[in-house]
Amino acid sequence: MERLVFLLSTGLARGAVLALFALSLVIVYRAARVVNFAQAAMAIVPVYVAFAVTAAGGSPWLGLATALVVGALLGAVVERGLLRLVPQDNPLPGIIVAIGLVMVLQAGLAIAFGPDHRPVHAPFSQRPFDVGGISVLSPYDLFVLIVAAVVMGGLALLFGRTSLGLQLRAAAFAPETSRLLGVRVPRMVTLGWMLSIATAALAALLLVPTGLGLDPHAADVLFVNAFAAAVVGGLDSPVGALVAGLAVGLLVSLVTGYASAAAAPLAVLVLLTAVLLVRPHGLFAAREARTA
Amino acid sequence: MRTHGTRLLLRAGLLTLLALGATFLLDPYRNYQLATSAGVFAAVAGLTLLVGLTGQLSLGHAVLMAAGGYGYALTATRVTEALEGTGAADGIVGWLVPLLAGVAGAVVAAGLLGTLLGLAAARLRGPYLTGLTLALVIALPSAAGIVPGLAGAQGVSAPFVPVPDALATLIAVEQWHAWLAILVTACAVTPLVALRSGRAGLRMRAVHDDETAARLAGIDPGRVKAGAFVISSLAAGLGGVVLAIATQQVSPGAYGLGFSLLLVVAAVVGGLGSLGGAALGAVLVTLLPWLVDQATAGLPADLGHRLQGNLEIVLFGVVVIVVTVLWPGGLARLVPKNTPLSQNTER
Repeated sequence: MERLVFLLSTGLARGAVLALFALSLVIVYRAARVVNFAQAAMAIVPVYVAFAVTAAGGSPWLGLATALVVGALLGAVVERGLLRLVPQDNPLPGIIVAIGLVMVLQAGLAIAFGPDHRPVHAPFSQRPFDVGGISVLSPYDLFVLIVAAVVMGGLALLFGRTSLGLQLRAAAFAPETSRLLGVRVPRMVTLGWMLSIATAALAALLLVPTGLGLDPHAADVLFVNAFAAAVVGGLDSPVGALVAGLAVGLLVSLVTGYASAAAAPLAVLVLLTAVLLVRPHGLFAAREARTA
Repeated sequence: MRTHGTRLLLRAGLLTLLALGATFLLDPYRNYQLATSAGVFAAVAGLTLLVGLTGQLSLGHAVLMAAGGYGYALTATRVTEALEGTGAADGIVGWLVPLLAGVAGAVVAAGLLGTLLGLAAARLRGPYLTGLTLALVIALPSAAGIVPGLAGAQGVSAPFVPVPDALATLIAVEQWHAWLAILVTACAVTPLVALRSGRAGLRMRAVHDDETAARLAGIDPGRVKAGAFVISSLAAGLGGVVLAIATQQVSPGAYGLGFSLLLVVAAVVGGLGSLGGAALGAVLVTLLPWLVDQATAGLPADLGHRLQGNLEIVLFGVVVIVVTVLWPGGLARLVPKNTPLSQNTER
């Protein structure tokens, strides 16, 4: 029982990070209709910048802010400078370019900062609270949950309640019509990329202190789990990403606790396969029109 | 049709003989590199056929190679142990029977995994299949740790194939392994060539270009996609056999995401869909890391340590991006096409 409560609460905190990263995949999918396979590599670059800023004497909060700005800039640069040159009529060239980008960014980071794991300390204690003899969330987990909730709330407000959010949604759903109505669609696509990479960078930044440390591949497993969550939730559904992200987090935590850490990737693989074969468009997505 | 088939077999035999002869010009280490390139070539050939003709991108071909390697190593070891009791272990039977049994085991293992993935590939498009195969690559070390008999991160060893007595005075063991590698790779790639220029290749292109039109013409797109994936998996599995023969070792660490990405690099650089390009790409991804190592050996220790294993990845990434954006078609475009069939069927 104690173990179950502990695993559930840890899973919730890990799931919040996953949900945030899955949400970043959903944002870019809705803006540009692509699954960005370079998301993990693009998210880890700002994390390196954040730790460089902190190590140089800046406060962790300055590092966090820098990471968000760098993430947004990286999203804009990659979208404007690279992906716009790629033929858009089928997804294959875009995926291949993303793979090339992953290789350049990750190996580039390893050359610039050295290939070793860099230990990373959380700004809060990771020792779990003790509630009636049962250990539950640590202060850091609580911080992660709060940050994730605030960011998701902010994104929901942005997309649902502001004029900019309306333009972003319109540009994603009906580009031609929006263009006729005066929405600058290319600008909205770039903005979508900026929001997405900044969100992904935040998720990676929250993840790194709970893992083995910072290295260029630190977000790879996060990407795979978040991809699974985004697919389970339906790639164009933010609510789906949130629910499925938490669910995958709980699944990983329970499998790690009751079976072994090694079994977790297999559990995610089985979940992904099952959902893709039974309901390829996810559990929460609106039904797409029949194509053939 | 018959003459076409005969010509194809003749050409394949001639190329194989040429490659076998070329091993006499190389020193043992070069022959080892040749064997490795041959194994990578078999897998890249399968991958390039899959991507170029059906438009399905797999990041999981390293796992399919690993499946072939494990299938080979486990079967060949069992058969060798069984033969030791019977007294038939000496002479030609002692190595040929385990080798053939191992190849059969590899075909079964890679075929089974490929069929499972093919069933998924029949229903999924574009990024979904890529993501699924990515999750598969990430899960390989876990699977090796959990499935009994795969021996976790340490991996299993494949039996050493000794040089036959008749050749022992003539060639070194690396050259002998290069011969085996060339023969297995020839068996893996020749069917792909036949398939590509034949009816099956036409069906794959039809499904890739316009699924609805292909369906109207009586083609079942799901079956074509699944079939392409299975065939591609078998080629990758035989590639895994070649690497197992050359290195006598199969471990999950050797078949990780990095290696899978290298296979994609080789296919893209060679030109998606081109088997000749796949051969050039395979040689490039085996030789460039070694060349970079040689070039960085003279640098100061710290810088060399950082560049080692990373510089070539940056180069590969840049090349993949440049080829995709500026020069789709890759190295294969250097050679003018002369087969009339492909001119009719390719847009």
